[in-house]
This record gives sequence, structure tokens and C-alpha cells, in this order.
Amino acid sequence: MKVTRVLAVMMVALTLGFVSCKPKDADIKAAVEQAVAALPDAAGATIEVKDGVATISGIFKDEAAKAAAEAAAKAVKGVKSVINNGTIEAPVVAAPVEITADDPLTKSVADATKDFPTVKAEVKDGVVTLTGEITKPNLIKLMQSVNALKPKKVDNQLTVK
Amino acid sequence: MALQDKYKELTDAASAAGVTDLQVREQDNVLYIDGTAPSGAIKDQLWVIYDKIDPNFVSGDLVLNVNVDIAATVTKVKVVTQSSNLNIRKGPGTDQPIVGKAAHHEIITLVSQSSEQWWLVRPVDGEEGYSYARYLEPVTE
Repeated sequence: MKVTRVLAVMMVALTLGFVSCKPKDADIKAAVEQAVAALPDAAGATIEVKDGVATISGIFKDEAAKAAAEAAAKAVKGVKSVINNGTIEAPVVAAPVEITADDPLTKSVADATKDFPTVKAEVKDGVVTLTGEITKPNLIKLMQSVNALKPKKVDNQLTVK
Repeated sequence: MALQDKYKELTDAASAAGVTDLQVREQDNVLYIDGTAPSGAIKDQLWVIYDKIDPNFVSGDLVLNVNVDIAATVTKVKVVTQSSNLNIRKGPGTDQPIVGKAAHHEIITLVSQSSEQWWLVRPVDGEEGYSYARYLEPVTE
């Protein structure tokens, strides 16, 4: 009887001891979330905690932001280890520049240069070559028109009078 | 990246002036700047900067394609030729037959902008047809 009572007391003491010394996963999770949320570029991160092991997931701007979140999580009391499943944002790839094919480009360059009889234009592989002479105000008008036709390049060899 | 630095003043001015859909791309040693300017004055201002960075546009390393956003409410355009009449053509192209003319500084009806270069217009008295957009200036009422 005596032994059983002592055991029971010990068990209660042990349980209490565990509860008071070991922070609960939910509390750790809240603390890690708070620490990570304080970082810049960590807006998309999510945290899970199980048995003191924190798992980070979500998309980070770069490696540095991912590492910073891991360091912040490790510094939280009660975190035994950190599994960093964060991924890095794919860089935004710009769409390639659209270049007009030679046939429609030749036609629209002819339209653009028609009113400047001293200008000759040639189109080859998307490159518009302008030769001849032109006045400065007309050069700007012509360049504005030709640049809007989606050429690959404008090779302006015009002499400005 | 060198080209983006060379024309940085231009791209900065474009974003500061409210150019929308601004795209700056470098491909095969040519920088392509595309966007839509809120007014013709802003487009011209960008061309002044371009001319300052690359006088007379001789380097061949930039394609500056900034169009002017024409409000849908614009229905009238002014003929801004140097002095002559403006041809109105059957279709969009200088190879198309001329169906009419509009006088210098005349205000005519804008029917639609069929492309960036060719706009469908209707003169005061006459058949509608296509005119080169360079010679048409939107009239805001």
C-alpha cells in the first residue's frame, strides 16, 4: 500500500514536472511563427511543430531569407531542431521581345518613310537601316514611327541636316 | 546590364511619369523599352531624354516603343500634317487607294484605332477610311 502511494505521488510529481518544464508544441509553434513573422521577406512561411521539431515550409525570396527563418526558429526556446522545407521563389522570366517578320515590317516601314522622300529604308532580319538625310524634327517623328513597328533594331545612318 | 544603366534616366523618367505596362528587356545587345504613356507630351519628353543620352539615335542599341493611351471617349482628331492635306485610304497601308482627303488642321471623326499606325477616320463630308496615326492628334472636349 505504502509503495503504491509513493509511486502515485512520484507519478503526479513527474507529470507536473514535465508540464512545467517542457513547453507545449502549440506554444512553440506560436513563438516560432512570431519570430519568423518579424523577418522581412518571410510573409509566405508556415510553421508546424511536433515534439519540439519545427518544420518550416513556404516560399522565400532567396536563400538568405530562408536561412534567416531557420535561424530565427532555432533561437526559439523549446525548439529541438528545425526542418527547413522552404523553397526559393522562381525568378520572373521576361517574355522574349516580339519582333515583326520582314514582310509586314518592310510594308509598315514603307508607310512610315513615305512622307520623307530623302530617306531610304531597308529591312533585313528585322533590322531597319535608314540612310539619306532628314531634318531634326522629322528624324524624331520618323524614329517614333519606326520604333513602334517592333523591329529588332534600328540602324540609323541618316545625316541630320 | 550595361544598356539598362545607359538608359536608366529614361526608364526612371518613364516610371515617374506614370507610363503603364512598362517593360524593359535586353536581348542581343539591344534594349527594348515598351509601355503606354498617359499623354503625347510624356512620350515626347521620353524621346527628348533618349536624344540626350544617344544624340540623333545613332547607336542602334535601343528600341523605344512607348505608345500614347487614347481614351475611349476620344471621338475627334485634328489633322496635324506639316501643311498639306492628309490622305484617307481604303485600307491600312500606303499601297491602298486614296478615297478622300482631310485638310491641314481640320477636325475629323475618329471611328476606331484599327492599329497603332492606321486609324479609321471619317472626314466632315466624305467616305470613311484609314489615315496614318502620326498625323492625327486626339482632341479632348
